[in-house]
Amino acid sequence: MKFTLFHLMPYADLDLEEAAKYPTAWVHTPNRLYDPQKGARLYNRYLDELELGEQLGFDGVAVNEHHQTAYGIMPSPIVTASALARRTRTAKIAILGSAIPLRNHPLTLAEEHAMIDNITEGRLITGFVRGIGAEYHAWGTNPAFSHERFHEAHDLIIAAWTRPGPFRWSRKHYHFEYVNLWPRPYQQPHPPIWIPSQGSTETIEWAADPSRRYTYLQTFSPLKSVRKYLEQYRETAARKGWTASDDKLGWAIPVYVADTDEQARREAKPHFENFRNRFLKMPIEMLLPPGYSSIESMRGIAKAKAQITGDITLEIAVEMGMFFCGSVATVREQIGAAWQDMHVGHMLPMLQFGTLPAELTEANIRRFAGEVIPYLRRLTASTTASTTAPASMPTSASSATASRPAA
Amino acid sequence: MSFTSRQVSIAGSMLHYRIAGPEGAPTLLFLHGAGGAEGSLGVLGTLADRWRVIVPDHPGFGASTDPEWLDTIHDAAYAYLDFLEALDLRDVHLVGSSLGGWLAMEIAIRSASRLARLTLIAAAGIRPGDIPTGDLFMWSPEERVRNTIADPLLAGKILALPQTPEQAEIALRNHFTTAKLAWEPRFFDPHLDKWLHRLRLPVQVIWGAEDRLFPLALGEKLAGLIPGARLDVIPGCGHVPMVENPAALSALLREFQGSAS
Repeated sequence: MKFTLFHLMPYADLDLEEAAKYPTAWVHTPNRLYDPQKGARLYNRYLDELELGEQLGFDGVAVNEHHQTAYGIMPSPIVTASALARRTRTAKIAILGSAIPLRNHPLTLAEEHAMIDNITEGRLITGFVRGIGAEYHAWGTNPAFSHERFHEAHDLIIAAWTRPGPFRWSRKHYHFEYVNLWPRPYQQPHPPIWIPSQGSTETIEWAADPSRRYTYLQTFSPLKSVRKYLEQYRETAARKGWTASDDKLGWAIPVYVADTDEQARREAKPHFENFRNRFLKMPIEMLLPPGYSSIESMRGIAKAKAQITGDITLEIAVEMGMFFCGSVATVREQIGAAWQDMHVGHMLPMLQFGTLPAELTEANIRRFAGEVIPYLRRLTASTTASTTAPASMPTSASSATASRPAA
Repeated sequence: MSFTSRQVSIAGSMLHYRIAGPEGAPTLLFLHGAGGAEGSLGVLGTLADRWRVIVPDHPGFGASTDPEWLDTIHDAAYAYLDFLEALDLRDVHLVGSSLGGWLAMEIAIRSASRLARLTLIAAAGIRPGDIPTGDLFMWSPEERVRNTIADPLLAGKILALPQTPEQAEIALRNHFTTAKLAWEPRFFDPHLDKWLHRLRLPVQVIWGAEDRLFPLALGEKLAGLIPGARLDVIPGCGHVPMVENPAALSALLREFQGSAS
């Protein structure tokens, strides 16, 4: 198991009382609520936290992209990844991911990722996403063409990285007379590609295609969904004629470790609930603009609506396995059980969430790196030696249930 | 007057349309807005006493198929030029509402050879500039009704109507295709106003005074951009006169038809 410290970089200094006048922290909340003095401190604090992660033994650090929101002040993960490129020495830098359909000129992303890959001498992990629905309101890009643009931009970027240039590109959305990338990526044929997703059959079919074999990353989901989609990835790979090794599967989840379960819940509660119920929440029209998801999946809209537009408490999130929160022993047991059950090769703990302040975040990073990672490295090394992947994932829910803390 | 349902193949795709009224009567071709044709059929049926009324579902809307070639409003406009030829329609009174009004202009600037007159009802299509408009895509289904119908009682009645699964499915399709055609730029073609001088036929612009999606100021701007266009304002009416004030709409269409061309 490898460990990548994931950061959303929320605007943690948001005036929550003022922001409560708006139904969501996305798109509509006016940017007068962003204070550049506070924002500057947050950017530098968050970058320090990621750099600390490398010093404490994380295999990688990860950044991502969202627009016009207090949920994350990283409209360009290229900027944060670049800032990290020269301040880290060994850690992988994962961009999870760049929202490629939003760019009218995807070659700029091919160039920027290739530059970071060169500057870090091959430490870049590339991620491609469509961006969540709100991005299409914030950015103007037509959601009806989101899938088409994602696929064409992906194909163009891979071609730019791998095909000898110059060559012409002309498909439906992008037209270039000369594609001739300087620089070429440092890693050959190109940086590893991870695909973050909330879970969709279409994405899994695409990522697990034998021509791609991209690492599939389940983000902030109930344990039940994580299990379902990771298993689906392995099954899809098998159906397509190849065996997905553990490192093709990843899981990004908020984690909080303290001395006791009680202390962990007490300290994390307001900050986790701000993350989930203040920063993440948005109306369904913003989350799923027309065309962003297929008509078929929109029929299940009521389900999605319940998941994202209602509030959930820390206790419910812990119960659902969306948040690992507890003592060192509890978190060791939870992730250990997930390993035994799913053999997920990459854990991406998000150790700052919502309004979690600097001192608690640093203590959380130190506990996770110092006491959870070494235990899990020993555990997973011993079980990886004998078997790279479970021959068939257990179908009983018992091990999944056992990974949850007693309520 | 009740409509007969028909279909025709346009560029390899099935286009569904309804037709009513005496053969040989002048043709009124109605182009529906983002919500589809159904809500307008009541008033359109009453116009079939003196017109041959034709009400298509746009490509990707209602019972028409969603063609591979449909990417922009211009594709839809060319499809309707094919449609006019396929049915050999002549001297048509083209009436478009909202998204359909925009489409009507895109058709007419390309070729008005089969058109006699043009009515634009609360039409999208031109750059709103500083005129604040509503955001259909940010509104919930309930807000869409409440913001397009000025009379709260009528809006409440509409919201209380039961929706069949078929209607829900069509509403979803209509919303998806509307996004495809009108998400960005939001309900306009930045190049349309350059060619509005090509509308050399009689043009009537009809607007509800209480339209909260496209405020009356947009109607005034549009009427000002089209040489010789008349502007008819329906007091107290929102974005959908077909539903909110069919009598006033009908009277205005009849008066325009009777006026000198």
